[in-house]
Amino acid sequence: MTVVDLENVTFAYGEQPAVRDVSLTVAEGDFLGLIGPNGSGKTTLLQLMLGLRSPDSGSIELFGEPVSSFEEGERIGYVSQQATSGGGSMPVTVREVVTMGRFAHAGHGRLTDADHAAVDDALETVGITDLADRQINALSGGQRQRAYIARALASEADLLALDEPTVGVDAESRDAFYQLLESLNEDGITIILIEHDIGVVTDRASRIACINTELYHHGDTESFVESDALTEAYGASGQVVHHHH
Amino acid sequence: MVGLLAIDALRSYPVVDVIYEQARIAGWWLDHYLETNVFYHPFMWRSIATGILIGVVAPLVGTYLVHREMALIGETLAHTAFAGVAVGLVVSSMTGWSGSLMLVALVVGILGALGVQWLAERTDTYGDVPIAIMLTGSFAVGTLIISYGRGMTGFNVEGYLFGNISVVTPSGARLMAVISVVVVLVTVATYKQLLFITFDEQAARVARLNVTWYNTLLIVMTAVVVVGAMQILGVILVAAMLVVPVATATQVAHSFRETLTLSILVGQVAVIGGFALSISQGLPTGGSIVVVAIACYLLAILASSRSTAAISTH
Repeated sequence: MTVVDLENVTFAYGEQPAVRDVSLTVAEGDFLGLIGPNGSGKTTLLQLMLGLRSPDSGSIELFGEPVSSFEEGERIGYVSQQATSGGGSMPVTVREVVTMGRFAHAGHGRLTDADHAAVDDALETVGITDLADRQINALSGGQRQRAYIARALASEADLLALDEPTVGVDAESRDAFYQLLESLNEDGITIILIEHDIGVVTDRASRIACINTELYHHGDTESFVESDALTEAYGASGQVVHHHH
Repeated sequence: MVGLLAIDALRSYPVVDVIYEQARIAGWWLDHYLETNVFYHPFMWRSIATGILIGVVAPLVGTYLVHREMALIGETLAHTAFAGVAVGLVVSSMTGWSGSLMLVALVVGILGALGVQWLAERTDTYGDVPIAIMLTGSFAVGTLIISYGRGMTGFNVEGYLFGNISVVTPSGARLMAVISVVVVLVTVATYKQLLFITFDEQAARVARLNVTWYNTLLIVMTAVVVVGAMQILGVILVAAMLVVPVATATQVAHSFRETLTLSILVGQVAVIGGFALSISQGLPTGGSIVVVAIACYLLAILASSRSTAAISTH
Protein backbone atom coordinates (compact mmCIF):
# COMPACT_ATOMS: atom_id res chain seq x y z
CA MET A 1 0.00 0.00 0.00
CA THR A 2 1.17 3.51 -0.80
CA VAL A 3 1.47 5.80 2.20
CA VAL A 4 2.49 8.99 0.40
CA ASP A 5 2.14 9.65 -3.31
CA LEU A 6 3.40 12.89 -4.85
CA GLU A 7 2.91 13.69 -8.51
CA ASN A 8 4.63 16.65 -10.16
CA VAL A 9 4.43 18.73 -6.99
CA THR A 10 5.59 22.34 -7.20
CA PHE A 11 5.59 24.91 -4.41
CA ALA A 12 7.05 28.41 -4.18
CA TYR A 13 7.31 31.00 -1.43
CA GLY A 14 6.23 34.00 -3.47
CA GLU A 15 8.58 34.04 -6.46
CA GLN A 16 11.13 31.75 -4.78
CA PRO A 17 10.61 28.10 -5.81
CA ALA A 18 11.16 25.66 -2.91
CA VAL A 19 10.02 22.43 -4.54
CA ARG A 20 9.86 21.94 -8.32
CA ASP A 21 8.13 19.12 -10.12
CA VAL A 22 8.78 16.43 -7.52
CA SER A 23 7.19 13.01 -7.93
CA LEU A 24 7.81 10.24 -5.43
CA THR A 25 6.03 7.52 -3.54
CA VAL A 26 6.55 6.14 -0.06
CA ALA A 27 5.32 2.59 0.38
CA GLU A 28 4.12 1.01 3.61
CA GLY A 29 7.07 -0.10 5.73
CA ASP A 30 9.60 2.18 3.99
CA PHE A 31 12.26 4.00 5.96
CA LEU A 32 12.83 7.02 3.73
CA GLY A 33 15.73 9.36 4.38
CA LEU A 34 15.07 12.81 2.94
CA ILE A 35 18.32 14.65 2.36
CA GLY A 36 19.57 17.79 0.66
CA PRO A 37 21.62 20.89 1.40
CA ASN A 38 20.39 23.73 3.64
CA GLY A 39 17.46 25.54 2.08
CA SER A 40 16.89 22.75 -0.44
CA GLY A 41 13.18 22.40 0.37
CA LYS A 42 13.31 19.26 2.55
CA THR A 43 11.10 20.65 5.31
CA THR A 44 8.74 22.20 2.76
CA LEU A 45 8.44 18.87 0.97
CA LEU A 46 7.66 17.07 4.23
CA GLN A 47 5.08 19.72 5.13
CA LEU A 48 3.50 19.30 1.69
CA MET A 49 3.30 15.53 2.22
CA LEU A 50 1.53 16.02 5.55
CA GLY A 51 -0.88 18.66 4.27
CA LEU A 52 0.61 21.53 6.27
CA ARG A 53 1.05 23.40 2.98
CA SER A 54 -0.89 23.23 -0.26
CA PRO A 55 1.08 22.74 -3.49
CA ASP A 56 0.92 25.35 -6.24
CA SER A 57 0.50 22.50 -8.70
CA GLY A 58 0.61 18.72 -8.71
CA SER A 59 -1.23 16.23 -6.53
CA ILE A 60 -0.50 14.68 -3.14
CA GLU A 61 -2.16 11.62 -1.65
CA LEU A 62 -1.85 10.32 1.92
CA PHE A 63 -2.92 6.71 2.50
CA GLY A 64 -4.68 6.78 -0.87
CA GLU A 65 -6.70 9.93 -0.20
CA PRO A 66 -6.10 13.47 -1.45
CA VAL A 67 -4.15 15.15 1.38
CA SER A 68 -6.57 18.09 1.62
CA SER A 69 -9.47 15.80 2.50
CA PHE A 70 -7.45 13.37 4.66
CA GLU A 71 -8.99 13.35 8.14
CA GLU A 72 -7.36 10.44 9.99
CA GLY A 73 -4.85 12.61 11.81
CA GLU A 74 -4.12 9.90 14.36
CA ARG A 75 -2.38 7.84 11.68
CA ILE A 76 0.50 10.36 11.45
CA GLY A 77 3.06 11.12 14.13
CA TYR A 78 4.91 14.34 13.36
CA VAL A 79 7.95 15.72 15.13
CA SER A 80 8.73 19.19 13.82
CA GLN A 81 12.04 20.99 14.03
CA GLN A 82 10.36 23.71 16.04
CA ALA A 83 8.94 21.25 18.59
CA THR A 84 12.27 19.70 19.36
CA SER A 85 14.60 22.69 19.25
CA GLY A 86 12.40 25.14 21.16
CA GLY A 87 12.43 24.65 24.91
CA GLY A 88 9.82 27.22 25.89
CA SER A 89 8.65 27.84 29.41
CA MET A 90 5.35 25.98 29.29
CA PRO A 91 5.13 23.58 32.22
CA VAL A 92 4.04 20.33 30.58
CA THR A 93 4.92 16.87 31.82
CA VAL A 94 6.15 14.06 29.58
CA ARG A 95 2.93 12.18 30.29
CA GLU A 96 0.85 15.17 29.19
CA VAL A 97 2.82 15.39 25.93
CA VAL A 98 2.43 11.68 25.20
CA THR A 99 -1.27 11.85 26.07
CA MET A 100 -1.68 14.42 23.26
CA GLY A 101 -1.25 11.45 20.93
CA ARG A 102 -4.66 10.22 22.10
CA PHE A 103 -6.47 13.52 21.55
CA ALA A 104 -7.32 12.82 17.91
CA HIS A 105 -8.91 9.52 19.06
CA ALA A 106 -10.88 11.04 21.94
CA GLY A 107 -12.25 14.16 20.20
CA HIS A 108 -14.26 16.19 22.71
CA GLY A 109 -14.97 13.14 24.85
CA ARG A 110 -13.12 12.08 27.98
CA LEU A 111 -10.00 9.96 27.76
CA THR A 112 -10.79 6.34 28.54
CA ASP A 113 -8.77 3.73 30.44
CA ALA A 114 -7.72 2.33 27.06
CA ASP A 115 -6.30 5.76 26.15
CA HIS A 116 -4.28 5.88 29.37
CA ALA A 117 -3.10 2.30 28.81
CA ALA A 118 -1.91 3.25 25.30
CA VAL A 119 0.06 6.14 26.83
CA ASP A 120 1.68 3.83 29.39
CA ASP A 121 2.60 1.33 26.65
CA ALA A 122 4.12 4.06 24.49
CA LEU A 123 6.19 5.38 27.40
CA GLU A 124 7.45 1.89 28.07
CA THR A 125 8.28 1.14 24.42
CA VAL A 126 10.60 4.15 24.17
CA GLY A 127 11.95 3.53 27.68
CA ILE A 128 10.96 6.73 29.49
CA THR A 129 8.35 5.46 31.95
CA ASP A 130 10.45 6.75 34.84
CA LEU A 131 10.47 10.25 33.32
CA ALA A 132 6.68 10.44 32.85
CA ASP A 133 6.11 13.04 35.55
CA ARG A 134 9.10 15.21 34.70
CA GLN A 135 8.66 18.44 32.77
CA ILE A 136 9.49 18.00 29.10
CA ASN A 137 11.68 21.11 29.15
CA ALA A 138 13.81 19.61 31.91
CA LEU A 139 14.79 16.62 29.76
CA SER A 140 17.92 16.22 27.66
CA GLY A 141 17.57 16.42 23.87
CA GLY A 142 17.64 12.64 23.46
CA GLN A 143 15.02 12.04 26.15
CA ARG A 144 12.78 14.71 24.65
CA GLN A 145 12.97 12.98 21.23
CA ARG A 146 11.80 9.77 22.85
CA ALA A 147 8.84 11.60 24.40
CA TYR A 148 7.78 12.86 20.95
CA ILE A 149 8.15 9.39 19.47
CA ALA A 150 6.04 8.07 22.36
CA ARG A 151 3.36 10.62 21.46
CA ALA A 152 3.29 9.23 17.91
CA LEU A 153 3.16 5.65 19.24
CA ALA A 154 0.34 6.51 21.63
CA SER A 155 -1.53 7.81 18.62
CA GLU A 156 -0.99 4.40 16.98
CA ALA A 157 0.48 6.19 13.99
CA ASP A 158 1.26 4.25 10.83
CA LEU A 159 3.54 7.00 9.56
CA LEU A 160 6.26 8.74 11.52
CA ALA A 161 7.54 12.00 10.02
CA LEU A 162 10.63 13.46 11.67
CA ASP A 163 12.30 16.74 10.78
CA GLU A 164 15.95 16.75 11.90
CA PRO A 165 15.12 15.05 15.20
CA THR A 166 18.65 14.77 16.56
CA VAL A 167 19.91 18.34 16.32
CA GLY A 168 21.66 19.05 19.62
CA VAL A 169 21.53 15.42 20.77
CA ASP A 170 24.78 13.76 21.90
CA ALA A 171 26.24 10.94 19.76
CA GLU A 172 25.40 8.11 22.17
CA SER A 173 21.73 9.11 22.58
CA ARG A 174 21.53 9.62 18.84
CA ASP A 175 22.64 6.07 18.11
CA ALA A 176 20.15 4.71 20.64
CA PHE A 177 17.44 6.89 19.09
CA TYR A 178 18.12 5.55 15.59
CA GLN A 179 18.11 1.99 16.90
CA LEU A 180 14.65 2.72 18.32
CA LEU A 181 13.52 4.05 14.91
CA GLU A 182 14.87 0.92 13.21
CA SER A 183 13.00 -1.38 15.55
CA LEU A 184 9.79 0.62 15.08
CA ASN A 185 10.30 0.36 11.33
CA GLU A 186 10.75 -3.42 11.67
CA ASP A 187 7.39 -3.46 13.48
CA GLY A 188 5.82 -2.01 10.34
CA ILE A 189 5.77 1.74 10.96
CA THR A 190 6.63 3.79 7.89
CA ILE A 191 9.26 6.43 8.60
CA ILE A 192 10.17 9.60 6.75
CA LEU A 193 13.26 11.22 8.20
CA ILE A 194 14.94 14.51 7.39
CA GLU A 195 18.53 14.37 8.54
CA HIS A 196 21.48 16.62 7.73
CA ASP A 197 23.99 13.90 8.61
CA ILE A 198 24.15 11.89 5.38
CA GLY A 199 26.16 9.09 7.01
CA VAL A 200 23.32 8.39 9.45
CA VAL A 201 20.77 8.29 6.65
CA THR A 202 22.74 5.91 4.45
CA ASP A 203 23.38 3.66 7.47
CA ARG A 204 19.78 3.47 8.61
CA ALA A 205 17.32 4.30 5.84
CA SER A 206 16.17 1.73 3.29
CA ARG A 207 15.39 4.37 0.69
CA ILE A 208 16.75 7.82 -0.04
CA ALA A 209 15.21 10.90 -1.60
CA CYS A 210 17.82 13.55 -2.34
CA ILE A 211 16.47 16.95 -3.23
CA ASN A 212 17.64 20.44 -3.95
CA THR A 213 14.39 22.07 -5.07
CA GLU A 214 14.24 19.31 -7.69
CA LEU A 215 14.45 15.62 -6.95
CA TYR A 216 17.97 14.32 -7.72
CA HIS A 217 17.54 10.77 -6.58
CA HIS A 218 14.80 8.52 -5.30
CA GLY A 219 15.45 4.86 -4.76
CA ASP A 220 17.06 2.38 -2.45
CA THR A 221 20.10 3.34 -0.41
CA GLU A 222 22.57 1.17 -2.40
CA SER A 223 21.71 2.81 -5.70
CA PHE A 224 22.00 6.24 -4.04
CA VAL A 225 25.48 5.52 -2.71
CA GLU A 226 26.59 4.41 -6.17
CA SER A 227 25.03 7.38 -7.96
CA ASP A 228 26.31 10.94 -8.39
CA ALA A 229 23.11 12.38 -6.94
CA LEU A 230 24.80 13.65 -3.80
CA THR A 231 27.46 15.64 -5.62
CA GLU A 232 24.94 16.91 -8.13
CA ALA A 233 22.42 18.03 -5.52
CA TYR A 234 24.92 19.58 -3.16
CA GLY A 235 27.09 20.91 -5.95
CA ALA A 236 24.09 22.66 -7.45
CA SER A 237 23.93 24.97 -4.46
CA GLY A 238 27.70 25.39 -4.35
CA GLN A 239 28.17 23.71 -0.99
CA VAL A 240 29.47 20.19 -1.38
CA VAL A 241 29.45 18.43 1.98
CA HIS A 242 31.54 15.37 2.59
CA HIS A 243 30.73 13.28 5.56
CA HIS A 244 33.54 11.50 7.38
CA HIS A 245 33.03 8.70 9.81
CA MET B 1 -20.95 33.19 42.89
CA VAL B 2 -23.14 32.51 39.88
CA GLY B 3 -25.88 31.48 42.37
CA LEU B 4 -25.44 34.70 44.31
CA LEU B 5 -25.82 36.75 41.15
CA ALA B 6 -28.83 34.66 40.15
CA ILE B 7 -30.50 35.38 43.52
CA ASP B 8 -29.78 39.09 43.01
CA ALA B 9 -31.26 39.02 39.51
CA LEU B 10 -34.40 37.07 40.52
CA ARG B 11 -35.06 38.78 43.84
CA SER B 12 -38.49 40.09 42.82
CA TYR B 13 -39.81 36.54 42.47
CA PRO B 14 -41.43 34.59 45.34
CA VAL B 15 -39.17 32.26 47.35
CA VAL B 16 -36.08 33.93 45.87
CA ASP B 17 -37.06 37.17 47.65
CA VAL B 18 -36.96 35.34 50.99
CA ILE B 19 -33.50 33.92 50.24
CA TYR B 20 -32.42 37.39 49.13
CA GLU B 21 -33.57 38.93 52.44
CA GLN B 22 -31.89 36.16 54.43
CA ALA B 23 -28.67 36.71 52.54
CA ARG B 24 -28.83 40.43 53.29
CA ILE B 25 -29.32 39.69 56.98
CA ALA B 26 -26.32 37.33 56.84
CA GLY B 27 -24.39 40.15 55.20
CA TRP B 28 -25.44 42.52 57.98
CA TRP B 29 -24.18 40.06 60.58
CA LEU B 30 -20.93 39.64 58.68
CA ASP B 31 -20.50 43.43 58.62
CA HIS B 32 -21.30 43.56 62.32
CA TYR B 33 -18.77 40.83 63.09
CA LEU B 34 -16.02 42.26 60.86
CA GLU B 35 -16.88 45.87 61.78
CA THR B 36 -17.23 46.73 58.11
CA ASN B 37 -19.93 48.32 55.99
CA VAL B 38 -19.65 46.12 52.93
CA PHE B 39 -21.66 42.92 52.89
CA TYR B 40 -25.07 44.43 53.65
CA HIS B 41 -25.08 46.27 50.34
CA PRO B 42 -26.27 44.33 47.29
CA PHE B 43 -24.04 46.37 44.96
CA MET B 44 -21.01 45.20 46.94
CA TRP B 45 -22.11 41.58 46.58
CA ARG B 46 -22.42 42.09 42.88
CA SER B 47 -18.95 43.59 42.65
CA ILE B 48 -17.30 40.92 44.78
CA ALA B 49 -19.12 38.08 43.02
CA THR B 50 -18.17 39.57 39.65
CA GLY B 51 -14.57 39.94 40.85
CA ILE B 52 -14.40 36.33 41.98
CA LEU B 53 -15.77 35.12 38.64
CA ILE B 54 -13.12 37.24 36.87
CA GLY B 55 -10.54 35.53 39.10
CA VAL B 56 -11.69 32.19 37.64
CA VAL B 57 -12.19 32.85 33.95
CA ALA B 58 -9.38 35.35 33.25
CA PRO B 59 -6.54 33.03 34.36
CA LEU B 60 -8.34 30.09 32.71
CA VAL B 61 -8.25 31.71 29.28
CA GLY B 62 -4.98 33.49 30.10
CA THR B 63 -3.13 30.20 30.60
CA TYR B 64 -3.53 29.39 26.91
CA LEU B 65 -2.78 32.96 25.81
CA VAL B 66 0.41 33.30 27.86
CA HIS B 67 1.83 30.01 26.62
CA ARG B 68 0.99 30.89 23.04
CA GLU B 69 2.91 34.13 23.58
CA MET B 70 -0.25 36.13 22.97
CA ALA B 71 -0.27 37.94 26.32
CA LEU B 72 -0.90 41.36 24.83
CA ILE B 73 -4.01 40.24 22.98
CA GLY B 74 -6.05 40.83 26.17
CA GLU B 75 -4.86 44.42 26.42
CA THR B 76 -5.68 44.97 22.76
CA LEU B 77 -9.18 43.58 23.10
CA ALA B 78 -9.79 45.71 26.20
CA HIS B 79 -9.03 48.79 24.14
CA THR B 80 -11.36 47.54 21.43
CA ALA B 81 -14.07 47.01 24.04
CA PHE B 82 -13.45 50.53 25.29
CA ALA B 83 -14.27 51.77 21.79
CA GLY B 84 -17.40 49.62 22.11
CA VAL B 85 -18.41 51.33 25.35
CA ALA B 86 -17.90 54.67 23.63
CA VAL B 87 -20.08 53.61 20.70
CA GLY B 88 -22.79 52.35 23.07
CA LEU B 89 -22.71 55.59 24.97
CA VAL B 90 -23.12 57.80 21.95
CA VAL B 91 -25.82 55.55 20.48
CA SER B 92 -27.77 55.52 23.74
CA SER B 93 -27.54 59.28 24.19
CA MET B 94 -28.55 59.95 20.58
CA THR B 95 -31.39 57.46 20.34
CA GLY B 96 -32.53 57.17 23.95
CA TRP B 97 -31.67 53.42 23.79
CA SER B 98 -31.34 52.07 27.30
CA GLY B 99 -29.60 48.73 26.69
CA SER B 100 -26.49 47.56 28.47
CA LEU B 101 -23.25 49.31 27.52
CA MET B 102 -21.48 46.07 28.35
CA LEU B 103 -23.47 44.29 25.66
CA VAL B 104 -22.32 46.80 23.02
CA ALA B 105 -18.77 46.48 24.34
CA LEU B 106 -19.12 42.70 24.02
CA VAL B 107 -20.21 42.88 20.39
CA VAL B 108 -17.47 45.38 19.48
CA GLY B 109 -14.92 43.36 21.50
CA ILE B 110 -15.77 40.18 19.58
CA LEU B 111 -15.56 42.03 16.26
CA GLY B 112 -12.17 43.36 17.40
CA ALA B 113 -11.10 39.82 18.28
CA LEU B 114 -12.01 38.57 14.82
CA GLY B 115 -10.19 41.59 13.38
CA VAL B 116 -7.00 40.76 15.30
CA GLN B 117 -7.26 37.13 14.18
CA TRP B 118 -7.73 38.22 10.58
CA LEU B 119 -4.72 40.54 10.76
CA ALA B 120 -2.59 37.91 12.49
CA GLU B 121 -3.38 35.34 9.78
CA ARG B 122 -2.73 37.78 6.95
CA THR B 123 0.64 38.77 8.44
CA ASP B 124 1.40 35.07 9.03
CA THR B 125 2.26 35.49 12.72
CA TYR B 126 1.07 36.72 16.07
CA GLY B 127 3.82 39.30 15.80
CA ASP B 128 3.33 42.41 17.84
CA VAL B 129 2.84 44.79 14.93
CA PRO B 130 -0.82 44.00 14.12
CA ILE B 131 -1.49 43.87 17.86
CA ALA B 132 0.07 47.28 18.45
CA ILE B 133 -1.90 48.76 15.55
CA MET B 134 -5.19 47.32 16.80
CA LEU B 135 -4.45 48.34 20.41
CA THR B 136 -3.70 51.97 19.72
CA GLY B 137 -6.12 52.24 16.81
CA SER B 138 -9.20 51.13 18.73
CA PHE B 139 -8.27 53.29 21.71
CA ALA B 140 -7.87 56.26 19.36
CA VAL B 141 -11.32 55.63 17.91
CA GLY B 142 -12.73 55.31 21.45
CA THR B 143 -11.30 58.66 22.54
CA LEU B 144 -12.64 60.33 19.38
CA ILE B 145 -16.13 58.97 20.00
CA ILE B 146 -16.06 59.88 23.70
CA SER B 147 -14.91 63.38 22.84
CA TYR B 148 -17.67 63.68 20.23
CA GLY B 149 -20.30 62.43 22.67
CA ARG B 150 -19.11 64.31 25.72
CA GLY B 151 -21.55 67.18 25.19
CA MET B 152 -24.49 64.77 25.27
CA THR B 153 -23.78 62.84 28.43
CA GLY B 154 -22.23 63.17 31.83
CA PHE B 155 -20.33 59.91 31.38
CA ASN B 156 -17.58 58.87 33.77
CA VAL B 157 -14.76 57.66 31.50
CA GLU B 158 -12.38 57.08 34.40
CA GLY B 159 -14.65 54.32 35.73
CA TYR B 160 -14.05 52.29 32.58
CA LEU B 161 -10.40 53.24 32.27
CA PHE B 162 -9.30 52.34 35.80
CA GLY B 163 -12.18 50.15 36.97
CA ASN B 164 -14.59 50.93 39.73
CA ILE B 165 -16.89 48.97 42.00
CA SER B 166 -19.73 51.33 41.23
CA VAL B 167 -19.41 50.59 37.49
CA VAL B 168 -20.72 47.05 38.08
CA THR B 169 -24.39 47.43 37.22
CA PRO B 170 -26.90 44.63 37.86
CA SER B 171 -26.95 43.88 34.13
CA GLY B 172 -23.14 43.97 34.00
CA ALA B 173 -22.97 41.45 36.84
CA ARG B 174 -25.51 39.18 35.15
CA LEU B 175 -23.53 39.36 31.93
CA MET B 176 -20.40 38.29 33.83
CA ALA B 177 -22.28 35.33 35.36
CA VAL B 178 -23.41 34.16 31.93
CA ILE B 179 -19.93 34.74 30.45
CA SER B 180 -18.34 32.71 33.24
CA VAL B 181 -20.62 29.72 32.80
CA VAL B 182 -20.13 29.70 29.03
CA VAL B 183 -16.34 30.19 29.17
CA VAL B 184 -15.85 27.47 31.79
CA LEU B 185 -18.01 25.01 29.83
CA VAL B 186 -16.25 25.75 26.54
CA THR B 187 -12.75 25.49 28.03
CA VAL B 188 -13.62 22.20 29.72
CA ALA B 189 -15.01 20.82 26.43
CA THR B 190 -11.99 21.99 24.39
CA TYR B 191 -9.26 21.48 27.01
CA LYS B 192 -7.45 18.81 24.99
CA GLN B 193 -7.57 20.64 21.68
CA LEU B 194 -6.45 23.99 23.15
CA LEU B 195 -3.63 22.30 25.05
CA PHE B 196 -2.38 20.47 21.95
CA ILE B 197 -2.47 23.63 19.82
CA THR B 198 -0.82 25.69 22.54
CA PHE B 199 2.00 23.21 22.97
CA ASP B 200 2.67 22.16 19.39
CA GLU B 201 0.56 23.88 16.75
CA GLN B 202 2.10 22.09 13.78
CA ALA B 203 1.63 18.63 15.26
CA ALA B 204 -1.96 19.59 16.09
CA ARG B 205 -2.49 20.55 12.44
CA VAL B 206 -1.04 17.22 11.33
CA ALA B 207 -3.40 15.46 13.78
CA ARG B 208 -6.13 17.24 11.79
CA LEU B 209 -7.36 19.56 14.54
CA ASN B 210 -9.04 22.63 13.09
CA VAL B 211 -6.39 25.00 14.41
CA THR B 212 -7.85 28.16 12.85
CA TRP B 213 -11.23 27.45 14.40
CA TYR B 214 -9.77 26.85 17.87
CA ASN B 215 -7.58 29.95 17.58
CA THR B 216 -10.65 32.00 16.75
CA LEU B 217 -12.55 30.41 19.63
CA LEU B 218 -9.74 31.28 22.06
CA ILE B 219 -9.50 34.86 20.92
CA VAL B 220 -13.28 35.37 21.00
CA MET B 221 -13.39 33.89 24.53
CA THR B 222 -10.64 36.32 25.47
CA ALA B 223 -12.71 39.23 24.17
CA VAL B 224 -15.70 38.01 26.14
CA VAL B 225 -13.70 37.67 29.37
CA VAL B 226 -12.04 41.03 28.87
CA VAL B 227 -15.38 42.80 28.50
CA GLY B 228 -16.68 41.18 31.68
CA ALA B 229 -13.49 41.96 33.60
CA MET B 230 -13.26 45.53 32.35
CA GLN B 231 -15.97 46.66 34.78
CA ILE B 232 -13.81 46.07 37.83
CA LEU B 233 -10.27 46.17 36.50
CA GLY B 234 -10.61 48.90 33.93
CA VAL B 235 -9.41 48.94 30.32
CA ILE B 236 -5.80 49.66 31.21
CA LEU B 237 -5.40 46.95 33.83
CA VAL B 238 -7.57 44.16 32.47
CA ALA B 239 -4.72 42.25 30.76
CA ALA B 240 -3.03 41.83 34.13
CA MET B 241 -5.58 39.24 35.27
CA LEU B 242 -5.04 37.25 32.07
CA VAL B 243 -1.28 37.27 32.50
CA VAL B 244 -0.03 37.75 36.08
CA PRO B 245 -1.77 34.78 37.79
CA VAL B 246 -0.61 32.53 34.94
CA ALA B 247 2.97 33.82 35.15
CA THR B 248 2.83 33.20 38.90
CA ALA B 249 1.52 29.65 38.50
CA THR B 250 4.08 28.90 35.76
CA GLN B 251 6.89 29.68 38.22
CA VAL B 252 5.88 26.90 40.57
CA ALA B 253 3.69 24.42 38.64
CA HIS B 254 5.01 21.12 37.28
CA SER B 255 2.30 20.23 34.80
CA PHE B 256 -0.16 22.08 32.59
CA ARG B 257 -3.14 20.98 34.63
CA GLU B 258 -1.42 22.24 37.76
CA THR B 259 -0.71 25.57 36.02
CA LEU B 260 -4.42 25.97 35.25
CA THR B 261 -5.50 25.18 38.81
CA LEU B 262 -2.83 27.29 40.47
CA SER B 263 -3.44 30.28 38.21
CA ILE B 264 -7.13 30.27 39.16
CA LEU B 265 -6.10 30.02 42.83
CA VAL B 266 -3.74 32.98 42.44
CA GLY B 267 -6.55 34.82 40.63
CA GLN B 268 -8.78 34.30 43.68
CA VAL B 269 -6.09 35.48 46.10
CA ALA B 270 -5.53 38.58 43.94
CA VAL B 271 -9.23 39.43 43.68
CA ILE B 272 -10.10 38.83 47.34
CA GLY B 273 -6.87 40.41 48.60
CA GLY B 274 -7.35 43.30 46.18
CA PHE B 275 -10.91 43.91 47.37
CA ALA B 276 -9.74 43.82 51.00
CA LEU B 277 -6.97 46.31 50.24
CA SER B 278 -9.24 48.53 48.20
CA ILE B 279 -12.10 48.59 50.73
CA SER B 280 -9.91 48.98 53.82
CA GLN B 281 -7.69 51.69 52.34
CA GLY B 282 -10.21 53.40 50.06
CA LEU B 283 -8.13 52.65 46.96
CA PRO B 284 -9.28 51.87 43.39
CA THR B 285 -10.19 48.17 43.02
CA GLY B 286 -8.46 47.48 39.70
CA GLY B 287 -5.10 48.77 40.84
CA SER B 288 -5.37 46.98 44.18
CA ILE B 289 -6.15 43.62 42.56
CA VAL B 290 -3.25 43.93 40.12
CA VAL B 291 -0.81 44.98 42.86
CA VAL B 292 -1.77 41.94 44.97
CA ALA B 293 -1.40 39.70 41.90
CA ILE B 294 2.07 41.07 41.20
CA ALA B 295 3.02 40.59 44.86
CA CYS B 296 2.02 36.91 44.45
CA TYR B 297 4.17 36.75 41.31
CA LEU B 298 7.23 38.12 43.10
CA LEU B 299 6.69 35.67 45.96
CA ALA B 300 6.45 32.81 43.45
CA ILE B 301 9.75 33.87 41.85
CA LEU B 302 11.39 33.89 45.28
CA ALA B 303 9.89 30.49 46.13
CA SER B 304 10.92 28.91 42.82
CA SER B 305 14.47 30.30 42.92
CA ARG B 306 14.78 28.99 46.46
CA SER B 307 13.61 25.52 45.39
CA THR B 308 16.00 25.59 42.40
CA ALA B 309 18.81 26.49 44.78
CA ALA B 310 17.78 23.61 47.04
CA ILE B 311 17.87 21.17 44.11
CA SER B 312 21.25 22.40 42.90
CA THR B 313 22.86 21.80 46.29
CA HIS B 314 22.04 18.09 46.10
